[in-house]
Amino acid sequence: MTRISALFERLRSERPALVAYITAGDPSPERTPAIVAALERGGADLIELGVPFSDPVADGPVIQKASERALRAGTSLRSVLDIARQVRAQSEIPILLFTYLNPVIRYGMDELARDAEAAGVDGCLLTDLSVEEAEPFVAALRAAHLDTVFLAAPTSTPERRRLVARHSSGFIYLVSRTGVTGEKDSLSDAVAPLAAAMREVTGLPLAIGFGISRPEHVAAAGRLADGVVVGSAFVRLVEQHGADPSLEDRLEAFARELSSALPRRQP
Amino acid sequence: MAPLEELEKAYLEAREDRVFREELRGLLENYAGRPTPLYLARRLSESLGGASIYLKREDLLHTGAHKINNCLGQILLARRMGKRRIIAETGAGQHGVATATVCALFGLECVVYMGEEDMRRQRLNVFRMRLLGAKVVGVSAGSRTLKDAISEAMRDWVTNVNDTHYLLGSALGAHPYPMMVRDFQRVIGEEARRQMLEREGRLPDAIFACVGGGSNAIGIFHPFLEDRNVKLVGAEAGGRSLAPGEHAARFAGGAPGVLQGTYSYLLQDDNGQVLPTHSVSAGLDYAAIGPEHAWLHDVNRAEYVSVSDGEALDAARVLARMEGIIPALESAHGLAEALKRAPAGKGQIFLVNLSGRGDKDMDIYRQNIGDLDDAD
Repeated sequence: MTRISALFERLRSERPALVAYITAGDPSPERTPAIVAALERGGADLIELGVPFSDPVADGPVIQKASERALRAGTSLRSVLDIARQVRAQSEIPILLFTYLNPVIRYGMDELARDAEAAGVDGCLLTDLSVEEAEPFVAALRAAHLDTVFLAAPTSTPERRRLVARHSSGFIYLVSRTGVTGEKDSLSDAVAPLAAAMREVTGLPLAIGFGISRPEHVAAAGRLADGVVVGSAFVRLVEQHGADPSLEDRLEAFARELSSALPRRQP
Repeated sequence: MAPLEELEKAYLEAREDRVFREELRGLLENYAGRPTPLYLARRLSESLGGASIYLKREDLLHTGAHKINNCLGQILLARRMGKRRIIAETGAGQHGVATATVCALFGLECVVYMGEEDMRRQRLNVFRMRLLGAKVVGVSAGSRTLKDAISEAMRDWVTNVNDTHYLLGSALGAHPYPMMVRDFQRVIGEEARRQMLEREGRLPDAIFACVGGGSNAIGIFHPFLEDRNVKLVGAEAGGRSLAPGEHAARFAGGAPGVLQGTYSYLLQDDNGQVLPTHSVSAGLDYAAIGPEHAWLHDVNRAEYVSVSDGEALDAARVLARMEGIIPALESAHGLAEALKRAPAGKGQIFLVNLSGRGDKDMDIYRQNIGDLDDAD
């Protein structure tokens, strides 16, 4: 069982998981392990390590800018694996690599699967890989005992939802609304029907992300799913306080605020 | 993904629908100005003393370039799909102008994304789009050129997919776009093939076209794919030099990769990050090439060369002086390659896709050639 599956198994009767996304290498590759540690102290249960890419089509402005900062700081897929290795040396927190396809193709899918596993990564989400073409990528990652997480959106057809279920392991990432990553005022109405539709085709845990930035969103999403993903709201703190030694404390405090909003399951 | 499936389904249905095809044909003829002439550039050919050079005059179309062919096709499709809002990306501004034009024609809302660097280079086209009623949104991310405008349009599309059609202007992006845009541009090659047979009683020996994303090139190449004796030559932007960041010659400096939903040749660094590009012509300034060109390259059906900024500027000046035709900088790249080969082509027929006219490029011509005195 992967660390990701074990996490959801352990939390199932207790509460949903808090999944924290950060762009690796922002503000610098050296600082990312400390950022991850702070998020974990604040109550994050799973870390999505975003691999910066020059053309992040699925991301809103906050993560776009974070990618630019990370690339300027010299971050590459190779250095993200190095970051994962450093995190793993101190912690058992599950790590999901969150990346666009091109850096992976350039690195080599088999090589990445091998090196990611060796670095202590637990799974991989390839943002711009369509499920129709996922087969060889899934095979390579699974061969290295890595989970493969795919995205389902409110616009996904029943056929696509079945493909997402078939190719995913660990959990399934539900995109709360149509659009790109970024904070929003309220949780979209589209996500409850999507969660219900996915439950019909999978027993895997479901995590809801995109647009979740406040404790009340976490509470609402946590009632529908097994995990709640917060990304841009953390990345914005890095943007605002990246040059400041208080960054880690701020991230920890915000993670704590969000995690305390997670609904407890009734026994 | 779901939007792409919806689009593919709608397109495949429309393609088989006689009413759709007739409406498109009517607009291409009566609104855009098809068929475009096939013009024998006699003085130019004689001056080179080799091949006879024919120009396919897409530059004479309404809005000044081949882009209108695809825009008319897609706007009819968008209407069929019940979309009220049209978005597009633009590099040189030609596709943006053509999109703004068809939106005005059908009374649809139009938003065009354009890199801030391109807005600066192509100010006149920004104004044209606004005059036509479009909203032009500057993109300040990344390299502030076509690539970033496409990313921003894709973000808009996934956010507003219910009422919005993304009118992509080149043979790029995810399926079905490369196929659909090619189909709408095939009219160039179909016409040219017919016209050439009427005029010369035979097919050309070689066809030249510039390749940014590659829609004008695939449009003229495609009807000739089975004519194995017709050489197909695509001219990429060689820019200032073939050093990284100085050009947009994907076959010379790129490797297979994925950008914006397309697996094709891509200019990228060792870490898989997309490299910046340069070309004097904004329309060729893009890091990836349409996937069908990658295929034609790999199966050796088409040849791809790079043409430098300077060679394109020279070719444009030659055409202006010899034939009284000022080409778009993009089209001048394809022309330059034909001019290079023409002296050794005695008895041969060359066909150049003159995909656009040079009006939009006057500022750049002036900056690069300098202010001219009389008969300079």
